[in-house]
Amino acid sequence: MKLWQIAKLIRSKNSGPFELTFDVIMKDRATYEKVRDAGVINAQWFARTYRLRPEVVSIINYDAAAAIKITIPRPTISGDIDDSDVFGGQQYGPLVDLEIP
Amino acid sequence: MIRVLSATGMLGSGFREETLKRAMALRPDFIGADSGSTDPGPYYLGSGDTHFSDSAYKRDLRLMLRAGRAAGIPVIVGSACTAGIDAQLERLVGIARDIAREDKLQFKLAAIHSEPDRGYLKRKLKEGRITPLANAPRLDEGVIERASHIVGLAGIEPYIEALEHGAEVIIAGRSSDTSIFAALPVMRGCNPATAWHMAKILECGAACVVQRKYPDCMVATLADDHFVVEPPNLEYRCDPVSVASHNLYENSTPYELIEPSGVLSTVEARYEALSDRAVRVCGSTFRKSERYTIKLEGAELAGFQSIIIGAVRDPVILRQFDSWLAGLERACKDRIRAVFGEDIEEKYKFHVRVFGKNAAMGPLEPETAIGHELGLLFQVTAQTQDLATALMKSVGHMAVHYPVPEWSGLITSIAYPYSPAEIARGASYRFSLNHVVEPASPLEMFRIEYETVR
Repeated sequence: MKLWQIAKLIRSKNSGPFELTFDVIMKDRATYEKVRDAGVINAQWFARTYRLRPEVVSIINYDAAAAIKITIPRPTISGDIDDSDVFGGQQYGPLVDLEIP
Repeated sequence: MIRVLSATGMLGSGFREETLKRAMALRPDFIGADSGSTDPGPYYLGSGDTHFSDSAYKRDLRLMLRAGRAAGIPVIVGSACTAGIDAQLERLVGIARDIAREDKLQFKLAAIHSEPDRGYLKRKLKEGRITPLANAPRLDEGVIERASHIVGLAGIEPYIEALEHGAEVIIAGRSSDTSIFAALPVMRGCNPATAWHMAKILECGAACVVQRKYPDCMVATLADDHFVVEPPNLEYRCDPVSVASHNLYENSTPYELIEPSGVLSTVEARYEALSDRAVRVCGSTFRKSERYTIKLEGAELAGFQSIIIGAVRDPVILRQFDSWLAGLERACKDRIRAVFGEDIEEKYKFHVRVFGKNAAMGPLEPETAIGHELGLLFQVTAQTQDLATALMKSVGHMAVHYPVPEWSGLITSIAYPYSPAEIARGASYRFSLNHVVEPASPLEMFRIEYETVR
């Protein structure tokens, strides 16, 4: 199964111009707990995908919204001349098709 | 009990007139709206231009001022015209004056200025009272001097000061989004945890509903230990998950909200449905910080840009696209050196963005497949517009005829949709600060001007 099939929202967005934050909100609590406890969304996967050190990846489980939040340093400063996504809104593509066992 | 009306998530983005009317029938204690954001990038802070048109600001502000004056309640707008620099504050104050004259309204207006003096900031830097936030660029005196504009994000204190001085309309320069909504409740003695958490939920207008189809108003009602949020638009509904989810938005953690005077923790917060549309929120805590800090934002000129947009369709070129493009980039740089001399190297930057390949994610893109055509965006950045345009004219000609070995004879390898191909994009800016400063008092950095508008 792919992550998009069990999530009701996968998105990315600036958390200020210097950080990029991802929200994965699950369709229901049971699915959320399964994904959370399986640890599929982890610092190593993010570090590999976004070419970072795992230590700078923050992953927070947010039970109240059945959501997992991931925050990383922005690869470029928002709107700088080498930035490709000022709002940071289209950086979640690789998460959508993440395989969930 | 205090009732708060948030007109919209961003002044100028709009709300429904009938929703405002319904919300006003609930007799709110004030109307608030945020007018700023760093989301659309550094241009607005660097240049002073605004994200929306004057007409869009005027439409929203007019309805808010009319409703506020008719009910005799304050209207509070923060982060005027996107970045909240002095010129943008003055622009929104001017719009408020025009509305007052046209609609025969009269009110005491407070304008809160958020652009601190450079000498003040340099002094604070020397005293070690400016500290970096996550992932901040390096800060020295040069950064402070080079910035086109630097603003501080006001806390609730300047708003409270203005309200205590009898302000009926407050327009502020840059401000924390939440301070716009937390100030009046805290001034009236509301528990700060309730006030700040309510403010976080309301600062984006109707963003906390289950399905937001268009921007609109939101209402919250505060008691000391809890608040209830319920959309005044009957097409909208909130549920516990939609309200809790809003803590995720534009924030690196849903559990903490850092404000100048302290930190809101939502770890213990509880969200419960009061009906199929209303949610009761309680249980957050607010811890006062040992030092009072104001977040700083700054933007400096990165250069002037010229761009060319084009498309490649030839399957022969697409089959060897990476090597073709690498050769093209080399050829463009060689041509630029030949025309402008060796020392041009330091004076410009050349980027190529490839749409259909990795335009959204750049070098981080894991997908390698491409389709039947690719979009190219050439970008030159230089210290003047004239130089950027001049360099791009050389790029444009070199690129459009760049060959592949399979075809003999002169080819035209890129489809340009425009004549001239090159487009002057003007000034480009860069966010240059992500720091906090410790002022001697919460009001020190925020000058307040009062006037009677009629």
